[in-house]
Amino acid sequence: MSDLSPAAAQPETEIDLAAAEALLGTDTSRFRHDYLEIRGLRVEFDGFVAVRDVDLTVTQGDLRFLIGPNGAGKTTLIDAVTGLVRASGSVAFGRTELLGRSTHRIARAGVGRTFQTASVFDELTVLQNLDIAAGARRGPLTLLRRRPGTPEAVEHALETVGLTALRDVPAGVLAHGQKQWLEIGMLLVQDAHLLLLDEPVAGMTQAEREETGQLLRRIGSQRVVVVVEHDMEFLRSFADSVTVMHQGRVLAEGTVQEVQNDPAVVEVYLGAPAAASDGAAAGATAGAVTSEAATSEGELP
Amino acid sequence: MDIIAQLFAGLSLGSVLLLAALGLSLTFGQMGVINMAHGEFMMAGAYTAFVVQGVIGDAGISLLVALPLGFLVGGLLGLLLEATLIHRMYRRPLDTLLVTWGVALVLQQVARDVFGAPNVDVRAPAWLSGAVEIGGLALPRTRLFILALAIVCVVALALALRATPLGRRIRAVVQNRDLAEASGISSRGTDRVTFFVGSGLAGIAGVALTLLGSIGPTLGTSYIVDAFLVVVAGGIGQIKGTVIAATALGLMQAFFEYSTTASVAKVLVFVAIVAFLQLRPQGLVSVRTRSLA
Amino acid sequence: MTVLNALVRPGRTRTLAAFGLAAALLLLAPVVLSPFRLDLLAKFLCLAMVAVGIGLAWGRGGLLTLGQGVYFGLGAYLMAMHLKLADAGPGGVPDFMLLYGTGQVPGWWEPLRSPVSAILLILVVPAALAALLGWAVFTRRVRGAYFAILSQALAAAFAILLIGQQQTTGGTNGLNGFRAFFGYDLADPVNKQMLYLIAAGVLLVMVAVVRQLTVSRFGELLVAVRDQEDRVRFLGYDPAAVKVVAYVVAAVMAAVGGALFVPIVGIISPADVGVVPSIGFLIGVAIGGRATLLGPVLGSIAVSWAQTSISEQFPSGWIYFQGALFILVIAFLPGGLASVAGTLRRRPAVAGLSERSPA
Ligand SMILES: Nc1ncnc2c1ncn2[C@@H]1O[C@H](COP(=O)(O)OP(=O)(O)OP(=O)(O)O)[C@@H](O)[C@H]1O
Ligand SMILES: [Mg+2]
Repeated sequence: MSDLSPAAAQPETEIDLAAAEALLGTDTSRFRHDYLEIRGLRVEFDGFVAVRDVDLTVTQGDLRFLIGPNGAGKTTLIDAVTGLVRASGSVAFGRTELLGRSTHRIARAGVGRTFQTASVFDELTVLQNLDIAAGARRGPLTLLRRRPGTPEAVEHALETVGLTALRDVPAGVLAHGQKQWLEIGMLLVQDAHLLLLDEPVAGMTQAEREETGQLLRRIGSQRVVVVVEHDMEFLRSFADSVTVMHQGRVLAEGTVQEVQNDPAVVEVYLGAPAAASDGAAAGATAGAVTSEAATSEGELP
Repeated sequence: MDIIAQLFAGLSLGSVLLLAALGLSLTFGQMGVINMAHGEFMMAGAYTAFVVQGVIGDAGISLLVALPLGFLVGGLLGLLLEATLIHRMYRRPLDTLLVTWGVALVLQQVARDVFGAPNVDVRAPAWLSGAVEIGGLALPRTRLFILALAIVCVVALALALRATPLGRRIRAVVQNRDLAEASGISSRGTDRVTFFVGSGLAGIAGVALTLLGSIGPTLGTSYIVDAFLVVVAGGIGQIKGTVIAATALGLMQAFFEYSTTASVAKVLVFVAIVAFLQLRPQGLVSVRTRSLA
Repeated sequence: MTVLNALVRPGRTRTLAAFGLAAALLLLAPVVLSPFRLDLLAKFLCLAMVAVGIGLAWGRGGLLTLGQGVYFGLGAYLMAMHLKLADAGPGGVPDFMLLYGTGQVPGWWEPLRSPVSAILLILVVPAALAALLGWAVFTRRVRGAYFAILSQALAAAFAILLIGQQQTTGGTNGLNGFRAFFGYDLADPVNKQMLYLIAAGVLLVMVAVVRQLTVSRFGELLVAVRDQEDRVRFLGYDPAAVKVVAYVVAAVMAAVGGALFVPIVGIISPADVGVVPSIGFLIGVAIGGRATLLGPVLGSIAVSWAQTSISEQFPSGWIYFQGALFILVIAFLPGGLASVAGTLRRRPAVAGLSERSPA
């Protein structure tokens, strides 16, 4: 594998919004009644409460950003919704209660997520990655056969995330940003109705962020999307609404404007020395989060 | 009375399992390395006792000499194994299992070629012959000795882990290798020492086994599977879990054996462990970490 | 085709060619080999069946199963019991039971009198045990080393159980002295040749089955589960189900290998199914290349052959050799010999890769 230098294998890739249209379609009625409703969520790790009393409602068509200093509990919240950690309270997606279900059942209920560290199947090709993501509802007979061609949705997803040329490349050799795109593509073919993205643009260049933001906005106009992000500039450009978490609680919620002017938020980001020294968002409200901070964040193992 | 006899049989078996598993849980816990040659390190300890007795003659003194020497022999073998093979395989724990199996095969054959295939006997010292009568029940002194030895080993290991700087380093690495390394603990050095101690404990276990019967090149294989089950049921990286699991397994085996046969008891114990893992897949005591998402 | 793709999904023509070559060689063997050698080869083929299954479960699925001897043994013992009953004639009692036992056939032997139900049981019993254990273990996310240890303990318990039931399983001696195989006299060399051909045919079918599984979507999913079990869950699959399927297929293959082993070799005993032989099955798979299609078969046959020829001359030499193989192959050549072949083939594939990318 080592002789496959990523550089040699990687042409410029770009998000293709036209392909996204083909993939997402114009039909929004399927999603009209989708909403995420979290009530009294609490996650505890051996006595340490990582998330407490969280109420959160996100509706379809509202691109929600979830921010907060390191350790605020953002990832843990996603873990709780997707069944990775035990939680108490209630998490409803539409009429389906998610808490207490196993992870794969939650996924089948239409909930998809990405990971803080891009997580794809390194030994499988880009195409195979997407095909697996598209196939959770396949019956045993389909599974036992070879893939006849490229399924249409997979084809569109490849174009959407700009990986068509790299379809037969093992996902392990992709660049970091491409892996994150691949994960988004996987969410799309998975046909997730609720998308939870954990720092999807960490480590991307400015241009890549811009493209990703456009794509997320397009998806968000149709489905329920929650994006965890540290990058304030990205947030200001694309967020419809923002929820701020701090020490496991929801601190503030509203439009970008409202949140930026919330004294409690300013206090957390500027006042608390611990959070500030993290470099997570020292100058967040002033709009000066450095992309280096976000980058190092995203590449934590 | 029968109950008490079974209880003692179970505790005795448990103490043997504990001796065999103690070192294993240390190496498995610290490095996630499954050392299939652990049983052969026990065998090496047993043959150490045999050789020492051949040289010294007196059964009592030779036992007392063999215990530390067995520790040393087991430990050095472990050190050698770690330095030559295991250290390059930390990223492939399952493969380590197979590599150390190869080492086990070789060590067995070496023993066969050096000492011969038939079993040999090590005499127990006079002060361990016979039994202690308690309430009409005869408790063999050798078994009591092994029970005491197991307790001593557990206490010594627990103290060493708790109270010495080295022990603290080991625990730090067990709990979070990367963090420990980041805070300046040389995990290389710690790994070596852990392996030395864990394998040394196997040596001691081997010496102890000579008190229970004759010994042969395949001595290790007969204990290794049970020892691994103890570690699995007990949970990784915790002495407490290993002690409880060894005792429980010993007792179960004894009681099942009493009500059925030895071979059926083995199967029942296996079923019990699989059932237990349904409740606690991580074993009895487990250090919780953030799992890979 | 990229490097990995080429290894993972060898082209149809290449596979067909390899398959045809293997079939031709196997058919040629009865003509070239002496009856004694042919018998040996037939035995090796039975062991190779276990290896094919291990290649799927371990190589593709990452399930390090150290207890395939159990399934091999189940198949073998069920077959042996049937042959014993058939030899004894309708209502008869197998000879060893008259010697050691009560002279009565225990009730749980009776279903094996009929050839049809015997064959069914040979397939169903190992599959059911594997499904049960696999389900119990995989749904609770017991994996990796834990699974390896449990599978090994199963082999240990199984061997001990067999030894303990002297009157009904033959104990340490096992079962032997079969006279006929479904009515065909086992002393007749023609019938031995037929057995060889059956074994060869079954092995080829198994290879074809594993190939189909590997290139299918299931095969891709299995690799995904092996590498990132948790990630698969978030896509809506239950990884436990995927693993159980691979484990059951491997178990059935081992059982069929065991069932054919019995008439070919003429004896089955606990020494063939315990901890040591169970792990022994793995080395051939590792040498050949655990994740490849033909690697496990070729590696397994080569190891069996080496074992026979080395231990003929130096009895203790074989153990050293086997130990050294485990150490050297696993530590230094984890991809097996196939990976050496792979490196040789790699260069053109890489060129193909960069061609694809518009520079
Ligand atoms: N499995 C776990 N066991 C123990 N503590 C945990 C576990 N998972 C998370 N935590 C703790 O819960 C808190 C919240 O962590 P979380 O990862 O959710 O924060 P976050 O908001 O995503 O931070 P970041 O911006 O750094 O990603 C942290 O203090 C973390 O150490
Ligand atoms: Mg996080």
